[in-house]
Amino acid sequence: MSTLNVGIVIADIISSTIVFAVPLLLVAMGGMFSERSGIINIALEGIMIIGALMGCLMMRWLDPAVTSGQLGSQLGMLIASLFAGVCGMAFSVLLAFASINLKADQTIGGTALNMLAPALAIVLTWVVQGQGQTTILIPTWSRITQATLGFAAKENFLHTLLFKNMYLTTFMTVILFAAAVILMYKTKFGLRLRSCGEHPQAAASVGINVFKMRYAGVLISGFLGGIGGLAFTLAAGSGFQSSVAGYGFLALAVMIFGNWKPWSILGASLFFALFKVIGAYATTLQNLGPFFNVLFGWPAKIGIKEGQSTYFWPMLPYIVTMILLVLTSKKSRAPKAEGRA
Amino acid sequence: MSEYVIEMLNITKEFPGIKANDNITLQLKHGEVHALLGENGAGKSTLMSVLFGLYQPEAGVIKKDGKEVKINNPNDANALHIGMVHQHFKLVEIFTVLDNIILGAEPNKLGFLKKAEARKKVLELSEKYGLQVDPDAKIEDISVGMQQRVEILKMLYRDNDILIFDEPTAVLTPQEIDELMEIMRNFTKEGKSILFITHKLNEIMAVADRCTVLRKGKYMGTVNIKDTTKEELSRMMVGRDVKFEVDKKPQKLGDVVLDVQHVTVPSKLHSNNAVKDVSFQVRAGEIVCLAGIEGNGQTQFVYALTGLDKMSHGKITMLGHDITKAKIRERSKLGMSHIPEDRHKHGLVLDFSLEQNLVLQRYWQPQFQKYGFIKNKEVRKYAERLIRENDIRSGQGPITVARSMSGGNQQKAIVAREIDKNPELLVAVQPTRGLDVGAIEGVHKQLVAQRDAGKAVLLVSLELEEVMSVPDRILVMYEGEIVGEFDPKKTTVQELGLYMAGAKNMYRDVEQKGGAEA
Repeated sequence: MSTLNVGIVIADIISSTIVFAVPLLLVAMGGMFSERSGIINIALEGIMIIGALMGCLMMRWLDPAVTSGQLGSQLGMLIASLFAGVCGMAFSVLLAFASINLKADQTIGGTALNMLAPALAIVLTWVVQGQGQTTILIPTWSRITQATLGFAAKENFLHTLLFKNMYLTTFMTVILFAAAVILMYKTKFGLRLRSCGEHPQAAASVGINVFKMRYAGVLISGFLGGIGGLAFTLAAGSGFQSSVAGYGFLALAVMIFGNWKPWSILGASLFFALFKVIGAYATTLQNLGPFFNVLFGWPAKIGIKEGQSTYFWPMLPYIVTMILLVLTSKKSRAPKAEGRA
Repeated sequence: MSEYVIEMLNITKEFPGIKANDNITLQLKHGEVHALLGENGAGKSTLMSVLFGLYQPEAGVIKKDGKEVKINNPNDANALHIGMVHQHFKLVEIFTVLDNIILGAEPNKLGFLKKAEARKKVLELSEKYGLQVDPDAKIEDISVGMQQRVEILKMLYRDNDILIFDEPTAVLTPQEIDELMEIMRNFTKEGKSILFITHKLNEIMAVADRCTVLRKGKYMGTVNIKDTTKEELSRMMVGRDVKFEVDKKPQKLGDVVLDVQHVTVPSKLHSNNAVKDVSFQVRAGEIVCLAGIEGNGQTQFVYALTGLDKMSHGKITMLGHDITKAKIRERSKLGMSHIPEDRHKHGLVLDFSLEQNLVLQRYWQPQFQKYGFIKNKEVRKYAERLIRENDIRSGQGPITVARSMSGGNQQKAIVAREIDKNPELLVAVQPTRGLDVGAIEGVHKQLVAQRDAGKAVLLVSLELEEVMSVPDRILVMYEGEIVGEFDPKKTTVQELGLYMAGAKNMYRDVEQKGGAEA
């Protein structure tokens, strides 16, 4: 194996990590806004599904315009992403209404939405594409390639890093993350939102409308969750099949591991995405050389057989999640009034 | 200009089944401290919530400077410069002092916080009124006294000049109470007007100009403090004469009931021990009081004694049985009753009904269960008896949810439950905290009745008045150690204060002087 290959593999791992960290980060940040306003948002999975569904449908509708050159491909992506966000927001209104207006149990309300979303997605997919057509294909123009920017493609470290897995949603995430941090810690809105999740009576006693702040928290989580759903679908493969593979729940774990704080959530998302990618690459890497062999050959040493390790590696991010949550849960501190009216 | 800055005229506020305020009138003059006195459940907090815009009255008007105003929410109250320090502080624990002060009235530009400006104003205010706070400390890390200063600064920050203090002294040490009284006097010198809700008569006599008294939702009158006495006020409040002294029969000391030897309890907060090598005995027929300023290890000692927590060294014997490692149920069966310090955390299951709470210590006894099924009729009968005998007031009797009851009646329920167990040893931790004079008198009577019946009582108290009047012996605790033992008849508050503050130590002094003094 040549060194060039190793370089490209590393670039590939980094870029894949980023592209998988993006949905985790967006969705976990969304969860953070909701929970710090005091509403447990277990419906993130459902919100992601709705966002992914509507984003993919929008891309499908825009496809003729983009392929015929009437609409720029990345402008189309921007429209699809925002549409995904708005639809996620609309879906999250259901959670807000149930838990804020009706004071329903937030966990049960969220679970109901998680059951509703995939069913709704399948029905809509069939309505749009015809019965039995369960996959909405993602058009190839969704990805930013050298061609999008007018370069010639090359097979080297930098090109792999930048163009193997590059989507508009990645850039949007950088901006949204920065905006979220500022909103949360530098503005009046953020201070008030956080107070509602900690001590709503205190907030109310100084004239803050807890009702409105909690709606705002849930709606923001719907918006970020919707975009996150689309970002996941883009990262995961070539089409949307009414599922986001448990990423909404993984994002919840990321949020908890990140202690409901944006920078820690960023770190946690990258961490989990890295494990996800390593899981996917493990078998390939093992064949690359002694270094990787030592790193990724250990399942064999503890008695996991060759055939079984293909099942072992994809489990890795989830196992690590469980272990880390057990280890860190003592230190983590949820918003105090979360889940309470 | 009107003589009165705020007038609440003929206010009536009803809740389902109860008239919390029945035609109440309260007039607050410019620059006065006006006390609002009443027992628990007399309607003080309801009246203040009406003034603060949290409730809308069914009848009556509120006037500010002689003009009628409508107060629909706390924002309206704030606009009229009315501010309130709530009994349970409304502070966000994980926020800094500064964030808590500005919350809801944030100086901002286009929504972005201008914290430097806020900090400057807060520091100015804290300097001007002598309210020392650290703006960057988190609420969860500062003392209760400092938290109260933050609440006061919150009002000042909003330029409020009508300040409501809802039972502000319940959580303070004697020194902090004195400070607060001084701060209140300073406010009135500046022309601010203060409404001071309390049921502590001494404080009213010390700081208030006038006092309005409520009883069971009704207006009893307004008096000038100069022209009245403690006795008269308490008669207006309770409707009968209240005795401030505690009657005790001559002491008949019995055998040792509780023997505590070298008990040491590690601290959860720091590496030091919270309780250090504490030894004493309590005998039948006496009340021993563990006195001291809050946070000197009393809580941790009681946890170890009652089995809520473990001790690292030492031995506790009760009636000859070693209970050092006994389970709570075993201690209870041996005859230990516990009136806990935190009635919400350890005293009641708040979402259970009153009757369920009353049998918490004995639902497993044959009287109340058969084959594991609770005998509801027996529970009801038992609860009704305790409620009747102890005058526990609640909206729906035995089926009232404990959470909905007033603090005083919750405490009555706990005291009734623990004493009805007919204990050999009664551990009462701040049993009168937050109670009014009538209820305090009742609790003290019950403690003394236990003593007179030949039972052992261990009282843990922060209230000097209680420490001086109830027990037969006083042990002062300071930083986890017992630093002195006193006979209440032969000591003074001043002497106790020196030991409580750590300025003196009976045993250390003796050691240093080589046993010259006993």
